[in-house]
Amino acid sequence: MRLAYYPGCSLDATAIEYGMSTQKMAKLLDIDLWEIPDWSCCGASSAHQTDHLLAISLPARNLAIAEREGLDVLAPCAACYNRMRATEYEVRASAKTRSQVEEALGIPYEAAQSTISVLELLAERYGLDNLATRVTNPLKGMTPACYYGCLLVRPVAVTGFDDPEDPQSMDRIMKTLGASPVDWAFKTECCGAGLGVTQTDICLEMTYQILRNAKEMGADSIVTACPVCHLNLDMRQKAIEKKYQTEFNLPVFYVTELVAIACGAEPPTVGTNRHFVEANTIFRQLPAKAKAMEEAAAQAGKKGKGAAKAKAAKPAAAESEKPATDEDAGLILAQKVYDDESKAAQLAEILTQEPARAAKLAEILEQDKGKALKVADALLAKKAKEKSAGEEGNKA
Amino acid sequence: MGEVVLSAHRESRELVKAIESASRTKTSLCYQCGKCSAGCPVGFAMDYTPRQIIRLLQLGLIKEALQAKSIWICATCDTCSTRCPRGVDIASIMDALRREALKQGKVVKEVSAFNQAFLNSVKRYGRNHEASLVLEYNARIMNPFKNAEQGPMMMAKGKLKILPEFIKGKGEVSRIFEKVKAMGGDHE
Repeated sequence: MRLAYYPGCSLDATAIEYGMSTQKMAKLLDIDLWEIPDWSCCGASSAHQTDHLLAISLPARNLAIAEREGLDVLAPCAACYNRMRATEYEVRASAKTRSQVEEALGIPYEAAQSTISVLELLAERYGLDNLATRVTNPLKGMTPACYYGCLLVRPVAVTGFDDPEDPQSMDRIMKTLGASPVDWAFKTECCGAGLGVTQTDICLEMTYQILRNAKEMGADSIVTACPVCHLNLDMRQKAIEKKYQTEFNLPVFYVTELVAIACGAEPPTVGTNRHFVEANTIFRQLPAKAKAMEEAAAQAGKKGKGAAKAKAAKPAAAESEKPATDEDAGLILAQKVYDDESKAAQLAEILTQEPARAAKLAEILEQDKGKALKVADALLAKKAKEKSAGEEGNKA
Repeated sequence: MGEVVLSAHRESRELVKAIESASRTKTSLCYQCGKCSAGCPVGFAMDYTPRQIIRLLQLGLIKEALQAKSIWICATCDTCSTRCPRGVDIASIMDALRREALKQGKVVKEVSAFNQAFLNSVKRYGRNHEASLVLEYNARIMNPFKNAEQGPMMMAKGKLKILPEFIKGKGEVSRIFEKVKAMGGDHE
């Protein structure tokens, strides 16, 4: 697999371990990364708060270089990823925007390629089955809280590869590595990193709530795919502990660090020494933790209908009843709502793209079919309106 | 109770329309359910909640919206837009309001200083250089020691470069800035 690689400014500086571990991971998984020659900054949030055209032209310069090479782009930094996806989205949606961007750049760019995140790379392109075959040091006993933050999953129209409220890709990656990610409530809650320099107190409060929930739910660490989140959760953790008179002691890892470590890399070689919260001891403690977890599970098993067993068995049963793919699930649900085939097909298409809506609709359908019908009608109307608005936008 | 404004001036209405078209959404869709504000992670620090900002725009009270601290507290996390049952893109409205406030010079000094310092670093070197960014930001807000404690911490971990790296294509990048400005852009 060959991808263009856009490190972005953070992976060269404050998130240097994210860059080191991404490259190490790629090597271990035989993924060929071609670093975009002479790449420039994507403009991040400062550009899109200042000027719209500038905000899409700065990422486009880099994307145009990858496009000439005919490669999709891997952008590990969630902020860069988000800005690049937004650029592709806007350039594809409007011919006028495209010509403005091309004028600003002075070179052609048509958004023919796509930018992907590390999560998409692992969970979709590379595949978890494939990843499982590369794991040599499983992270058994580790209970990380998978923290996605805002930029990877929102806006849905721009990112759209995972659920915006309860994403699962990183959790599945962690399970493939042998870890047992915890269930928690702050997966996609914003950490306020954008306010870190200018309005520090607000940002500390937001990050505090995230760390607190992770700790309460039994996490021994946090995993992230965003350099700004990492900076907040790791570098500012000490200041937060001091301000709120508490102790978290939660190491914060980049998803790439853990993949590389599980696939045989020594922790310091992927940059764990550069963290502010000590991040090496946890790996030495894992065998003991894994043993304790196994014993606890065995104990629960002995009790016959032990709570742990019931909990473990339930999702497995639910899984087997699940239709094979999201498309099937969408279509089955849509056919339950509409008898009319063409309407059902239209609805199925929307539901497949938006799993969150599908789940909601299924819930409503169970309680009240009439209401579900109304919701589905509204959904179709909204899509039709968006479509016509999009076409008008193209004409303009 | 203060003054009650019942109808807005035509110019205000037109400005609201411009904000709506820049953010490709309509404030009239909003039925004020408040879901955006219940889920807003920075709602606790805002003077007007996101729902109230939309209400101000519905009433044509654009001046009040542009002066709200909220638009500079919004972290652009997009939770509101994702959850809105009416499909109002509240986060994009916040972005459009920030750009309009910038145009009118109604800004929170810290935020616009940060953005300008960031963009200047990109324009100069082609990439962001944190050390120059913080120095320029501190100069702009006239507080030389803001965030100063983090510099040595980062340097000890090899996370801060003292000197900026210039990319070969930095001319290309600054040309993008010039060109966008010539095409009607808003940056300095």
